[in-house]
Amino acid sequence: MSDAVVLVAAVPTRRRRLPLTVVLPAIPVVLAVLLAALAPWVAPQSPTSGNLALRLKPPAWQEAGSAERLLGTDLLGRDVLSRLIWGARVSLLIALVATLIGAVVGSVIGLVAGFYRGTADTILTKLVDVQLAFPFVLLAIAVVAVAGPSVPVLIVVLAIGAWVGHARIVRGLVLSLRERDYVQAALALGAGTPRILVRHLVPEVLSTIIVLATFDVGRIIILESTLSFLGLGVQPPTPSWGSDLRDAAVYVRQAWWTSAFPGLAIMAVVLAINLLGDGLRDWLDPRTVRGDGR
Amino acid sequence: MLQYTLRKLLHTGLVALGVVTLVFIALRASGDPAATMLPGDASVEELGALRRQLGLDRPVWLQYVQFLGAAVTGDFGTSFRHQQPALPLVLERLPATLELAGAALLLALALALPLGILAAVHRGRLIDVAAMAFAVVGQATPYFWMGIMLILIVSVELGWLPTSGRGGLERLILPAITLGTHFAASLARLTRTSMLEVFGQQFVTTARAKGLSEWSVVLAHTLKNAAVPVITLIGLQFGTLLGGAVVTETIFAWPGVGRLAVQSVFVRDYPVVQAGVFVLALTFVAINLLVDLLYGVLDPRIRRE
Repeated sequence: MSDAVVLVAAVPTRRRRLPLTVVLPAIPVVLAVLLAALAPWVAPQSPTSGNLALRLKPPAWQEAGSAERLLGTDLLGRDVLSRLIWGARVSLLIALVATLIGAVVGSVIGLVAGFYRGTADTILTKLVDVQLAFPFVLLAIAVVAVAGPSVPVLIVVLAIGAWVGHARIVRGLVLSLRERDYVQAALALGAGTPRILVRHLVPEVLSTIIVLATFDVGRIIILESTLSFLGLGVQPPTPSWGSDLRDAAVYVRQAWWTSAFPGLAIMAVVLAINLLGDGLRDWLDPRTVRGDGR
Repeated sequence: MLQYTLRKLLHTGLVALGVVTLVFIALRASGDPAATMLPGDASVEELGALRRQLGLDRPVWLQYVQFLGAAVTGDFGTSFRHQQPALPLVLERLPATLELAGAALLLALALALPLGILAAVHRGRLIDVAAMAFAVVGQATPYFWMGIMLILIVSVELGWLPTSGRGGLERLILPAITLGTHFAASLARLTRTSMLEVFGQQFVTTARAKGLSEWSVVLAHTLKNAAVPVITLIGLQFGTLLGGAVVTETIFAWPGVGRLAVQSVFVRDYPVVQAGVFVLALTFVAINLLVDLLYGVLDPRIRRE
Protein backbone atom coordinates (compact mmCIF):
# COMPACT_ATOMS: atom_id res chain seq x y z
CA MET A 1 0.00 0.00 0.00
CA SER A 2 2.95 2.12 0.56
CA ASP A 3 3.75 3.63 -2.68
CA ALA A 4 1.22 3.98 -5.43
CA VAL A 5 0.62 7.19 -3.54
CA VAL A 6 3.03 9.27 -5.47
CA LEU A 7 1.69 8.14 -8.78
CA VAL A 8 -1.94 8.89 -8.15
CA ALA A 9 -2.77 11.85 -10.31
CA ALA A 10 -4.91 14.53 -8.78
CA VAL A 11 -7.98 13.51 -10.70
CA PRO A 12 -11.05 15.31 -9.44
CA THR A 13 -13.13 12.57 -7.87
CA ARG A 14 -16.84 12.20 -8.18
CA ARG A 15 -17.93 11.04 -4.80
CA ARG A 16 -21.50 10.20 -5.60
CA ARG A 17 -21.05 6.61 -6.63
CA LEU A 18 -18.76 4.10 -4.92
CA PRO A 19 -16.16 2.75 -7.36
CA LEU A 20 -15.64 -0.98 -7.85
CA THR A 21 -12.22 -0.79 -6.22
CA VAL A 22 -14.04 0.03 -2.99
CA VAL A 23 -17.11 -2.15 -3.40
CA LEU A 24 -15.37 -5.40 -4.37
CA PRO A 25 -12.97 -5.66 -1.42
CA ALA A 26 -15.72 -4.38 0.89
CA ILE A 27 -17.85 -7.45 0.18
CA PRO A 28 -15.63 -10.01 1.98
CA VAL A 29 -15.01 -7.52 4.79
CA VAL A 30 -18.72 -6.97 5.36
CA LEU A 31 -19.29 -10.72 5.12
CA ALA A 32 -16.66 -11.41 7.80
CA VAL A 33 -18.12 -8.74 10.06
CA LEU A 34 -21.63 -10.16 9.59
CA LEU A 35 -20.46 -13.71 10.35
CA ALA A 36 -18.67 -12.45 13.43
CA ALA A 37 -21.65 -10.44 14.64
CA LEU A 38 -24.07 -13.29 14.06
CA ALA A 39 -21.75 -15.99 15.44
CA PRO A 40 -24.24 -17.43 17.96
CA TRP A 41 -26.76 -18.00 15.15
CA VAL A 42 -24.56 -18.98 12.21
CA ALA A 43 -21.92 -21.15 13.88
CA PRO A 44 -23.03 -24.77 13.38
CA GLN A 45 -21.54 -26.05 16.66
CA SER A 46 -20.39 -24.77 20.02
CA PRO A 47 -16.91 -23.25 19.75
CA THR A 48 -15.79 -24.36 23.22
CA SER A 49 -17.36 -27.71 24.02
CA GLY A 50 -15.90 -30.49 21.95
CA ASN A 51 -16.85 -34.09 21.42
CA LEU A 52 -13.78 -36.19 22.24
CA ALA A 53 -15.17 -39.09 20.24
CA LEU A 54 -14.94 -36.86 17.14
CA ARG A 55 -11.44 -35.46 17.70
CA LEU A 56 -9.18 -34.64 14.74
CA LYS A 57 -11.85 -35.30 12.11
CA PRO A 58 -10.65 -34.08 8.68
CA PRO A 59 -12.69 -31.64 6.55
CA ALA A 60 -15.89 -32.86 4.90
CA TRP A 61 -14.37 -33.47 1.46
CA GLN A 62 -11.85 -35.95 2.82
CA GLU A 63 -12.73 -39.60 3.29
CA ALA A 64 -13.17 -39.64 7.05
CA GLY A 65 -14.86 -36.23 7.09
CA SER A 66 -18.53 -35.48 7.58
CA ALA A 67 -20.81 -32.67 6.43
CA GLU A 68 -21.61 -31.83 10.04
CA ARG A 69 -18.01 -30.79 10.64
CA LEU A 70 -17.32 -28.96 7.39
CA LEU A 71 -13.74 -27.92 8.17
CA GLY A 72 -13.01 -30.82 10.54
CA THR A 73 -12.39 -30.84 14.29
CA ASP A 74 -9.40 -30.04 16.52
CA LEU A 75 -7.56 -32.08 19.15
CA LEU A 76 -10.41 -31.64 21.65
CA GLY A 77 -13.09 -32.51 19.12
CA ARG A 78 -14.24 -28.91 18.66
CA ASP A 79 -15.63 -27.80 15.32
CA VAL A 80 -12.98 -25.82 13.40
CA LEU A 81 -15.52 -23.81 11.38
CA SER A 82 -17.41 -22.76 14.51
CA ARG A 83 -14.19 -21.71 16.20
CA LEU A 84 -13.27 -19.70 13.10
CA ILE A 85 -16.58 -17.84 13.19
CA TRP A 86 -16.38 -17.16 16.93
CA GLY A 87 -12.70 -16.37 16.54
CA ALA A 88 -13.60 -13.72 13.96
CA ARG A 89 -15.75 -12.11 16.64
CA VAL A 90 -12.83 -11.87 19.07
CA SER A 91 -10.15 -10.95 16.52
CA LEU A 92 -12.23 -8.36 14.63
CA LEU A 93 -13.64 -6.78 17.78
CA ILE A 94 -10.19 -6.40 19.33
CA ALA A 95 -8.80 -4.95 16.09
CA LEU A 96 -11.69 -2.50 15.68
CA VAL A 97 -11.61 -1.27 19.28
CA ALA A 98 -7.82 -0.92 19.29
CA THR A 99 -7.88 0.93 15.95
CA LEU A 100 -10.64 3.25 17.15
CA ILE A 101 -8.78 4.13 20.35
CA GLY A 102 -5.52 4.56 18.45
CA ALA A 103 -7.11 6.68 15.73
CA VAL A 104 -8.96 8.99 18.12
CA VAL A 105 -6.07 9.47 20.55
CA GLY A 106 -3.49 9.80 17.77
CA SER A 107 -5.57 12.22 15.72
CA VAL A 108 -6.39 14.46 18.67
CA ILE A 109 -2.73 14.60 19.68
CA GLY A 110 -1.67 15.22 16.08
CA LEU A 111 -4.30 17.92 15.65
CA VAL A 112 -3.29 19.79 18.78
CA ALA A 113 0.45 19.39 18.18
CA GLY A 114 0.20 20.53 14.57
CA PHE A 115 -1.94 23.52 15.48
CA TYR A 116 0.01 24.80 18.49
CA ARG A 117 3.52 23.61 17.51
CA GLY A 118 6.16 24.65 20.09
CA THR A 119 8.29 22.52 22.42
CA ALA A 120 5.63 19.94 23.19
CA ASP A 121 5.29 19.35 19.46
CA THR A 122 9.05 18.88 19.04
CA ILE A 123 9.17 16.32 21.84
CA LEU A 124 6.11 14.56 20.46
CA THR A 125 7.65 14.33 17.00
CA LYS A 126 10.79 12.75 18.40
CA LEU A 127 8.79 10.30 20.52
CA VAL A 128 6.68 9.34 17.52
CA ASP A 129 9.78 8.82 15.37
CA VAL A 130 11.34 6.54 17.95
CA GLN A 131 8.19 4.54 18.52
CA LEU A 132 7.31 4.22 14.84
CA ALA A 133 10.64 2.62 14.21
CA PHE A 134 10.75 0.54 17.38
CA PRO A 135 9.99 -3.18 16.92
CA PHE A 136 6.39 -3.33 18.12
CA VAL A 137 6.55 -6.95 19.27
CA LEU A 138 9.30 -6.00 21.73
CA LEU A 139 7.14 -3.27 23.23
CA ALA A 140 4.30 -5.76 23.56
CA ILE A 141 6.58 -8.32 25.22
CA ALA A 142 7.75 -5.73 27.73
CA VAL A 143 4.20 -4.69 28.62
CA VAL A 144 2.73 -8.19 28.76
CA ALA A 145 5.71 -9.41 30.81
CA VAL A 146 4.55 -7.15 33.62
CA ALA A 147 0.82 -6.71 33.11
CA GLY A 148 0.10 -10.32 32.18
CA PRO A 149 -1.75 -11.49 29.06
CA SER A 150 -5.45 -10.56 28.84
CA VAL A 151 -7.82 -9.00 26.33
CA PRO A 152 -7.89 -5.49 27.90
CA VAL A 153 -4.08 -5.43 28.10
CA LEU A 154 -3.94 -6.62 24.50
CA ILE A 155 -6.26 -3.83 23.32
CA VAL A 156 -4.22 -1.18 25.11
CA VAL A 157 -0.96 -2.55 23.69
CA LEU A 158 -2.38 -2.61 20.15
CA ALA A 159 -3.79 0.90 20.53
CA ILE A 160 -0.32 2.03 21.59
CA GLY A 161 0.90 0.49 18.34
CA ALA A 162 -1.71 2.41 16.34
CA TRP A 163 -1.81 5.96 17.71
CA VAL A 164 1.61 7.09 16.45
CA GLY A 165 0.80 6.73 12.75
CA HIS A 166 -2.28 8.90 13.16
CA ALA A 167 -0.50 11.48 15.30
CA ARG A 168 2.26 11.84 12.75
CA ILE A 169 0.15 12.15 9.64
CA VAL A 170 -2.55 14.38 11.15
CA ARG A 171 0.12 16.65 12.61
CA GLY A 172 1.77 17.00 9.22
CA LEU A 173 -1.52 17.80 7.53
CA VAL A 174 -2.56 20.35 10.15
CA LEU A 175 0.83 22.06 9.98
CA SER A 176 0.18 22.96 6.35
CA LEU A 177 -3.60 23.44 6.65
CA ARG A 178 -3.32 26.06 9.40
CA GLU A 179 -1.43 28.33 7.02
CA ARG A 180 -4.21 28.20 4.43
CA ASP A 181 -6.08 31.38 3.76
CA TYR A 182 -9.44 30.12 4.94
CA VAL A 183 -8.04 29.13 8.34
CA GLN A 184 -6.19 32.41 8.66
CA ALA A 185 -9.38 34.20 7.66
CA ALA A 186 -11.35 32.34 10.31
CA LEU A 187 -8.69 33.30 12.87
CA ALA A 188 -8.84 36.92 11.76
CA LEU A 189 -12.62 36.89 12.07
CA GLY A 190 -12.14 35.92 15.69
CA ALA A 191 -13.14 32.25 15.56
CA GLY A 192 -12.00 30.42 18.69
CA THR A 193 -9.47 27.63 18.52
CA PRO A 194 -11.96 24.82 19.26
CA ARG A 195 -14.19 26.09 16.46
CA ILE A 196 -11.32 26.19 13.99
CA LEU A 197 -10.17 22.72 14.98
CA VAL A 198 -13.61 21.15 14.78
CA ARG A 199 -15.21 23.11 11.94
CA HIS A 200 -12.27 23.73 9.64
CA LEU A 201 -9.50 21.23 10.30
CA VAL A 202 -11.24 17.99 11.28
CA PRO A 203 -13.30 17.75 8.07
CA GLU A 204 -10.13 18.25 6.03
CA VAL A 205 -8.21 15.46 7.73
CA LEU A 206 -11.12 13.05 8.20
CA SER A 207 -10.72 11.17 4.93
CA THR A 208 -7.03 10.66 5.64
CA ILE A 209 -7.85 9.30 9.09
CA ILE A 210 -10.42 6.92 7.63
CA VAL A 211 -7.98 5.51 5.07
CA LEU A 212 -5.21 5.18 7.64
CA ALA A 213 -7.56 3.49 10.11
CA THR A 214 -8.63 1.00 7.44
CA PHE A 215 -5.03 -0.07 6.89
CA ASP A 216 -4.60 -0.16 10.67
CA VAL A 217 -7.41 -2.67 11.14
CA GLY A 218 -5.58 -5.06 8.81
CA ARG A 219 -2.24 -4.46 10.47
CA ILE A 220 -3.71 -4.91 13.93
CA ILE A 221 -5.47 -8.16 13.03
CA ILE A 222 -2.04 -9.53 12.11
CA LEU A 223 -0.43 -8.10 15.26
CA GLU A 224 -3.19 -9.45 17.48
CA SER A 225 -2.96 -12.90 15.97
CA THR A 226 0.84 -12.79 16.26
CA LEU A 227 0.73 -11.88 19.95
CA SER A 228 -1.98 -14.47 20.62
CA PHE A 229 0.08 -17.03 18.73
CA LEU A 230 3.06 -16.26 20.98
CA GLY A 231 0.81 -16.74 24.02
CA LEU A 232 0.91 -13.04 24.88
CA GLY A 233 -2.63 -12.21 23.75
CA VAL A 234 -5.99 -13.93 23.83
CA GLN A 235 -5.87 -16.94 26.15
CA PRO A 236 -7.55 -20.31 25.56
CA PRO A 237 -10.29 -21.48 25.61
CA THR A 238 -11.47 -18.17 24.09
CA PRO A 239 -11.37 -18.72 20.33
CA SER A 240 -9.18 -16.31 18.37
CA TRP A 241 -7.42 -16.97 15.08
CA GLY A 242 -3.97 -16.47 16.58
CA SER A 243 -4.40 -18.50 19.75
CA ASP A 244 -6.06 -21.34 17.81
CA LEU A 245 -2.97 -21.49 15.61
CA ARG A 246 -0.80 -21.68 18.71
CA ASP A 247 -2.50 -24.92 19.74
CA ALA A 248 -2.80 -26.25 16.22
CA ALA A 249 0.86 -25.75 15.30
CA VAL A 250 1.82 -28.39 17.86
CA TYR A 251 -0.01 -31.18 16.06
CA VAL A 252 0.16 -29.85 12.50
CA ARG A 253 1.59 -33.23 11.40
CA GLN A 254 -1.55 -35.04 12.47
CA ALA A 255 -4.08 -32.45 11.33
CA TRP A 256 -3.19 -29.84 8.72
CA TRP A 257 -6.69 -28.38 8.68
CA THR A 258 -6.60 -26.97 12.22
CA SER A 259 -3.57 -24.86 11.20
CA ALA A 260 -4.48 -24.06 7.62
CA PHE A 261 -7.95 -22.54 8.05
CA PRO A 262 -7.34 -19.93 10.78
CA GLY A 263 -4.35 -18.68 8.79
CA LEU A 264 -6.36 -18.53 5.57
CA ALA A 265 -9.04 -16.59 7.44
CA ILE A 266 -6.50 -14.01 8.63
CA MET A 267 -4.98 -13.75 5.18
CA ALA A 268 -8.28 -13.35 3.36
CA VAL A 269 -9.64 -10.72 5.74
CA VAL A 270 -6.40 -8.72 5.89
CA LEU A 271 -6.01 -8.89 2.12
CA ALA A 272 -9.55 -7.60 1.61
CA ILE A 273 -9.06 -4.83 4.18
CA ASN A 274 -5.78 -3.72 2.58
CA LEU A 275 -7.37 -3.64 -0.88
CA LEU A 276 -10.29 -1.72 0.60
CA GLY A 277 -7.79 0.75 2.03
CA ASP A 278 -6.15 1.13 -1.39
CA GLY A 279 -9.53 1.66 -2.99
CA LEU A 280 -10.64 4.19 -0.38
CA ARG A 281 -7.39 6.07 -0.72
CA ASP A 282 -7.71 6.42 -4.47
CA TRP A 283 -11.35 7.39 -4.10
CA LEU A 284 -10.99 9.88 -1.25
CA ASP A 285 -7.59 10.92 -2.58
CA PRO A 286 -5.51 11.65 0.51
CA ARG A 287 -2.16 11.21 -1.14
CA THR A 288 -0.04 11.20 1.99
CA VAL A 289 -1.31 7.96 3.49
CA ARG A 290 0.66 4.77 3.31
CA GLY A 291 -0.32 1.37 4.53
CA ASP A 292 2.50 0.91 6.99
CA GLY A 293 1.47 3.93 9.02
CA ARG A 294 4.41 6.06 8.15
CA MET B 1 31.51 13.40 5.65
CA LEU B 2 33.16 13.56 9.10
CA GLN B 3 30.78 16.24 10.23
CA TYR B 4 27.88 14.27 8.86
CA THR B 5 29.06 11.15 10.71
CA LEU B 6 29.41 13.04 14.00
CA ARG B 7 25.96 14.54 13.60
CA LYS B 8 24.49 11.11 12.93
CA LEU B 9 26.30 9.65 15.96
CA LEU B 10 24.81 12.33 18.17
CA HIS B 11 21.39 11.71 16.68
CA THR B 12 21.79 7.97 17.30
CA GLY B 13 22.71 8.64 20.92
CA LEU B 14 19.47 10.58 21.32
CA VAL B 15 17.43 7.85 19.65
CA ALA B 16 19.06 5.25 21.92
CA LEU B 17 18.10 7.37 24.93
CA GLY B 18 14.56 7.58 23.56
CA VAL B 19 14.42 3.82 23.08
CA VAL B 20 15.67 3.13 26.61
CA THR B 21 13.09 5.59 27.94
CA LEU B 22 10.37 3.88 25.94
CA VAL B 23 11.37 0.49 27.36
CA PHE B 24 11.39 1.96 30.87
CA ILE B 25 7.92 3.44 30.46
CA ALA B 26 6.57 0.18 29.00
CA LEU B 27 8.01 -1.87 31.85
CA ARG B 28 7.00 0.44 34.70
CA ALA B 29 3.62 1.62 33.46
CA SER B 30 2.26 -1.86 32.99
CA GLY B 31 2.28 -3.05 36.61
CA ASP B 32 4.35 -4.15 39.56
CA PRO B 33 7.22 -6.40 38.46
CA ALA B 34 7.64 -7.65 42.04
CA ALA B 35 4.08 -8.97 42.05
CA THR B 36 4.66 -10.56 38.63
CA MET B 37 7.85 -12.27 39.71
CA LEU B 38 6.61 -13.81 42.96
CA PRO B 39 4.19 -16.74 43.08
CA GLY B 40 0.57 -15.87 43.84
CA ASP B 41 0.72 -16.99 47.48
CA ALA B 42 3.66 -14.76 48.44
CA SER B 43 3.24 -12.76 51.66
CA VAL B 44 3.15 -8.98 51.89
CA GLU B 45 6.57 -9.05 53.62
CA GLU B 46 8.13 -11.03 50.77
CA LEU B 47 6.65 -8.62 48.28
CA GLY B 48 7.99 -5.63 50.20
CA ALA B 49 11.45 -7.22 50.44
CA LEU B 50 11.59 -7.86 46.71
CA ARG B 51 10.36 -4.37 45.93
CA ARG B 52 13.16 -2.95 48.06
CA GLN B 53 15.68 -5.27 46.46
CA LEU B 54 14.60 -4.14 42.97
CA GLY B 55 14.51 -0.52 44.04
CA LEU B 56 10.80 -0.21 43.29
CA ASP B 57 10.13 1.61 46.56
CA ARG B 58 12.10 4.62 45.38
CA PRO B 59 10.72 7.63 43.52
CA VAL B 60 10.15 7.13 39.79
CA TRP B 61 12.80 9.61 38.64
CA LEU B 62 15.40 7.81 40.76
CA GLN B 63 14.29 4.47 39.28
CA TYR B 64 14.69 5.99 35.84
CA VAL B 65 18.21 7.21 36.62
CA GLN B 66 19.09 3.77 37.99
CA PHE B 67 17.61 2.12 34.91
CA LEU B 68 19.75 4.34 32.69
CA GLY B 69 22.77 3.45 34.84
CA ALA B 70 22.00 -0.25 34.51
CA ALA B 71 21.59 0.13 30.77
CA VAL B 72 24.96 1.87 30.44
CA THR B 73 26.82 -0.63 32.63
CA GLY B 74 24.91 -3.58 31.20
CA ASP B 75 23.77 -4.73 34.64
CA PHE B 76 20.18 -5.98 34.32
CA GLY B 77 20.33 -8.27 37.34
CA THR B 78 20.50 -12.04 37.58
CA SER B 79 18.27 -14.46 35.70
CA PHE B 80 16.11 -16.41 38.14
CA ARG B 81 15.96 -19.43 35.94
CA HIS B 82 19.57 -19.65 34.86
CA GLN B 83 21.19 -18.14 37.95
CA GLN B 84 23.49 -16.09 35.71
CA PRO B 85 23.74 -12.39 34.91
CA ALA B 86 20.99 -11.61 32.39
CA LEU B 87 22.97 -9.60 29.82
CA PRO B 88 25.63 -12.21 28.88
CA LEU B 89 22.84 -14.76 28.62
CA VAL B 90 21.12 -12.57 26.04
CA LEU B 91 24.27 -11.57 24.19
CA GLU B 92 25.13 -15.25 23.78
CA ARG B 93 21.96 -15.58 21.71
CA LEU B 94 22.44 -12.42 19.64
CA PRO B 95 24.56 -14.00 16.84
CA ALA B 96 21.76 -16.48 16.12
CA THR B 97 19.21 -13.68 15.78
CA LEU B 98 21.51 -11.61 13.57
CA GLU B 99 22.21 -14.64 11.40
CA LEU B 100 18.49 -15.19 10.90
CA ALA B 101 17.68 -11.53 10.30
CA GLY B 102 20.65 -11.14 7.95
CA ALA B 103 19.70 -14.21 5.92
CA ALA B 104 16.10 -13.00 5.69
CA LEU B 105 17.26 -9.56 4.57
CA LEU B 106 19.51 -11.01 1.85
CA LEU B 107 16.73 -13.26 0.66
CA ALA B 108 14.27 -10.38 0.60
CA LEU B 109 16.68 -8.23 -1.39
CA ALA B 110 17.45 -11.04 -3.83
CA LEU B 111 13.73 -11.52 -4.39
CA ALA B 112 12.39 -7.98 -4.20
CA LEU B 113 14.92 -5.96 -6.18
CA PRO B 114 14.73 -7.94 -9.44
CA LEU B 115 10.97 -8.24 -9.01
CA GLY B 116 10.49 -4.53 -8.38
CA ILE B 117 12.80 -3.52 -11.22
CA LEU B 118 11.20 -5.92 -13.71
CA ALA B 119 7.74 -4.75 -12.68
CA ALA B 120 8.75 -1.12 -13.24
CA VAL B 121 10.41 -1.80 -16.60
CA HIS B 122 7.44 -3.82 -17.83
CA ARG B 123 4.82 -1.64 -16.24
CA GLY B 124 1.28 -2.86 -16.78
CA ARG B 125 2.39 -6.18 -18.26
CA LEU B 126 1.88 -9.63 -16.83
CA ILE B 127 5.10 -9.62 -14.79
CA ASP B 128 4.08 -6.33 -13.18
CA VAL B 129 0.68 -7.69 -12.23
CA ALA B 130 2.21 -10.92 -10.91
CA ALA B 131 4.86 -9.11 -8.87
CA MET B 132 2.32 -6.79 -7.31
CA ALA B 133 -0.05 -9.67 -6.59
CA PHE B 134 2.81 -11.39 -4.78
CA ALA B 135 3.44 -8.19 -2.84
CA VAL B 136 -0.18 -7.70 -1.79
CA VAL B 137 -0.65 -11.32 -0.74
CA GLY B 138 2.74 -11.39 1.01
CA GLN B 139 1.82 -8.37 3.08
CA ALA B 140 -1.41 -10.00 4.22
CA THR B 141 0.23 -13.25 5.31
CA PRO B 142 1.21 -13.49 8.98
CA TYR B 143 4.78 -14.71 9.59
CA PHE B 144 3.86 -17.47 11.95
CA TRP B 145 1.28 -19.01 9.68
CA MET B 146 3.67 -18.99 6.77
CA GLY B 147 6.23 -20.74 8.99
CA ILE B 148 3.76 -23.42 10.04
CA MET B 149 2.69 -24.04 6.44
CA LEU B 150 6.31 -24.27 5.29
CA ILE B 151 7.01 -26.83 8.01
CA LEU B 152 3.92 -28.76 7.00
CA ILE B 153 4.63 -28.78 3.27
CA VAL B 154 8.42 -28.74 2.96
CA SER B 155 9.43 -30.67 6.07
CA VAL B 156 6.53 -32.98 6.88
CA GLU B 157 5.02 -33.77 3.47
CA LEU B 158 8.11 -33.54 1.26
CA GLY B 159 10.70 -34.30 3.92
CA TRP B 160 13.22 -31.96 2.30
CA LEU B 161 14.38 -29.84 5.22
CA PRO B 162 14.55 -30.19 9.01
CA THR B 163 11.86 -28.43 11.04
CA SER B 164 13.79 -26.82 13.86
CA GLY B 165 17.03 -25.84 15.55
CA ARG B 166 20.11 -24.04 14.31
CA GLY B 167 23.21 -25.26 12.49
CA GLY B 168 23.98 -25.62 8.83
CA LEU B 169 22.32 -24.00 5.85
CA GLU B 170 19.51 -26.55 5.70
CA ARG B 171 18.18 -25.36 9.05
CA LEU B 172 18.41 -21.70 8.06
CA ILE B 173 16.43 -21.87 4.82
CA LEU B 174 12.86 -22.20 6.12
CA PRO B 175 13.14 -19.60 8.90
CA ALA B 176 14.80 -17.19 6.46
CA ILE B 177 12.00 -17.65 3.91
CA THR B 178 9.39 -17.19 6.63
CA LEU B 179 10.92 -13.96 7.84
CA GLY B 180 12.05 -12.67 4.45
CA THR B 181 8.88 -13.00 2.38
CA HIS B 182 6.85 -10.40 4.23
CA PHE B 183 9.71 -7.95 3.95
CA ALA B 184 10.25 -8.79 0.28
CA ALA B 185 6.63 -7.89 -0.38
CA SER B 186 6.88 -4.30 0.83
CA LEU B 187 10.36 -3.93 -0.63
CA ALA B 188 9.21 -5.01 -4.11
CA ARG B 189 6.41 -2.45 -4.08
CA LEU B 190 8.69 0.36 -3.04
CA THR B 191 11.43 -0.60 -5.51
CA ARG B 192 8.86 -0.50 -8.31
CA THR B 193 7.51 2.90 -7.25
CA SER B 194 10.87 4.55 -6.82
CA MET B 195 12.12 3.15 -10.13
CA LEU B 196 9.03 4.52 -11.88
CA GLU B 197 9.60 7.87 -10.25
CA VAL B 198 13.20 8.11 -11.42
CA PHE B 199 12.21 6.91 -14.91
CA GLY B 200 10.20 10.10 -15.28
CA GLN B 201 13.17 12.39 -14.65
CA GLN B 202 15.09 14.30 -17.27
CA PHE B 203 18.49 12.67 -16.95
CA VAL B 204 16.92 9.32 -17.75
CA THR B 205 15.39 10.78 -20.90
CA THR B 206 18.81 12.23 -21.73
CA ALA B 207 20.47 8.87 -21.23
CA ARG B 208 17.93 7.28 -23.53
CA ALA B 209 18.34 10.07 -26.07
CA LYS B 210 22.07 9.46 -26.05
CA GLY B 211 21.23 6.02 -27.36
CA LEU B 212 22.32 4.07 -24.29
CA SER B 213 20.98 0.56 -24.08
CA GLU B 214 17.87 0.06 -21.96
CA TRP B 215 19.79 -2.04 -19.46
CA SER B 216 22.41 0.59 -19.05
CA VAL B 217 19.66 3.13 -18.42
CA VAL B 218 17.99 0.91 -15.85
CA LEU B 219 21.05 -0.29 -14.00
CA ALA B 220 23.50 2.60 -14.23
CA HIS B 221 21.21 5.61 -14.19
CA THR B 222 17.96 4.69 -12.53
CA LEU B 223 18.83 2.09 -9.92
CA LYS B 224 21.35 4.15 -8.01
CA ASN B 225 18.95 7.05 -7.76
CA ALA B 226 16.08 4.82 -6.77
CA ALA B 227 18.21 3.28 -4.03
CA VAL B 228 17.75 5.96 -1.38
CA PRO B 229 14.08 5.36 -0.55
CA VAL B 230 14.70 1.62 -0.74
CA ILE B 231 17.55 1.84 1.77
CA THR B 232 15.40 4.01 4.03
CA LEU B 233 12.75 1.33 4.01
CA ILE B 234 15.36 -1.31 4.87
CA GLY B 235 16.46 0.72 7.88
CA LEU B 236 12.93 1.48 9.03
CA GLN B 237 11.74 -2.06 8.46
CA PHE B 238 14.68 -3.64 10.21
CA GLY B 239 12.74 -3.11 13.42
CA THR B 240 9.85 -5.07 11.96
CA LEU B 241 12.34 -7.70 10.86
CA LEU B 242 13.67 -8.05 14.43
CA GLY B 243 10.10 -8.26 15.71
CA GLY B 244 9.36 -10.92 13.12
CA ALA B 245 12.50 -12.75 14.20
CA VAL B 246 10.94 -13.12 17.66
CA VAL B 247 8.02 -14.98 16.10
CA THR B 248 10.08 -16.96 13.59
CA GLU B 249 12.51 -18.10 16.27
CA THR B 250 9.61 -19.39 18.33
CA ILE B 251 8.17 -21.46 15.45
CA PHE B 252 11.46 -22.99 14.38
CA ALA B 253 12.99 -23.37 17.87
CA TRP B 254 15.78 -21.08 16.66
CA PRO B 255 17.98 -20.28 19.69
CA GLY B 256 17.91 -16.49 19.37
CA VAL B 257 17.22 -13.51 21.63
CA GLY B 258 13.54 -13.29 20.70
CA ARG B 259 12.70 -16.84 21.67
CA LEU B 260 14.59 -16.42 24.93
CA ALA B 261 12.66 -13.23 25.70
CA VAL B 262 9.28 -14.84 24.99
CA GLN B 263 10.11 -17.92 27.05
CA SER B 264 11.27 -15.66 29.87
CA VAL B 265 7.88 -13.92 29.92
CA PHE B 266 6.21 -17.23 30.73
CA VAL B 267 8.59 -18.17 33.55
CA ARG B 268 8.51 -14.58 34.81
CA ASP B 269 12.25 -14.19 34.38
CA TYR B 270 11.97 -10.42 34.43
CA PRO B 271 15.71 -9.49 34.22
CA VAL B 272 16.12 -11.57 31.05
CA VAL B 273 13.02 -10.02 29.42
CA GLN B 274 14.38 -6.58 30.20
CA ALA B 275 17.87 -7.37 28.87
CA GLY B 276 16.46 -9.09 25.78
CA VAL B 277 14.18 -6.19 24.82
CA PHE B 278 17.01 -3.79 25.47
CA VAL B 279 19.58 -5.64 23.35
CA LEU B 280 17.20 -6.02 20.39
CA ALA B 281 16.24 -2.36 20.63
CA LEU B 282 19.88 -1.25 20.55
CA THR B 283 20.62 -3.61 17.65
CA PHE B 284 17.87 -1.84 15.80
CA VAL B 285 19.31 1.59 16.65
CA ALA B 286 22.76 0.50 15.46
CA ILE B 287 21.37 -0.74 12.13
CA ASN B 288 19.66 2.58 11.59
CA LEU B 289 22.93 4.42 12.18
CA LEU B 290 24.50 2.21 9.55
CA VAL B 291 21.70 3.03 7.12
CA ASP B 292 22.08 6.76 7.80
CA LEU B 293 25.80 6.60 7.09
CA LEU B 294 25.19 4.62 3.92
CA TYR B 295 22.88 7.40 2.75
CA GLY B 296 25.63 9.94 3.09
CA VAL B 297 27.80 7.81 0.85
CA LEU B 298 25.11 7.24 -1.77
CA ASP B 299 23.71 10.73 -1.95
CA PRO B 300 26.17 13.52 -1.16
CA ARG B 301 23.29 16.03 -1.12
CA ILE B 302 22.06 14.53 2.16
CA ARG B 303 25.36 15.27 3.93
CA ARG B 304 24.91 19.00 3.53
CA GLU B 305 21.39 19.17 4.90
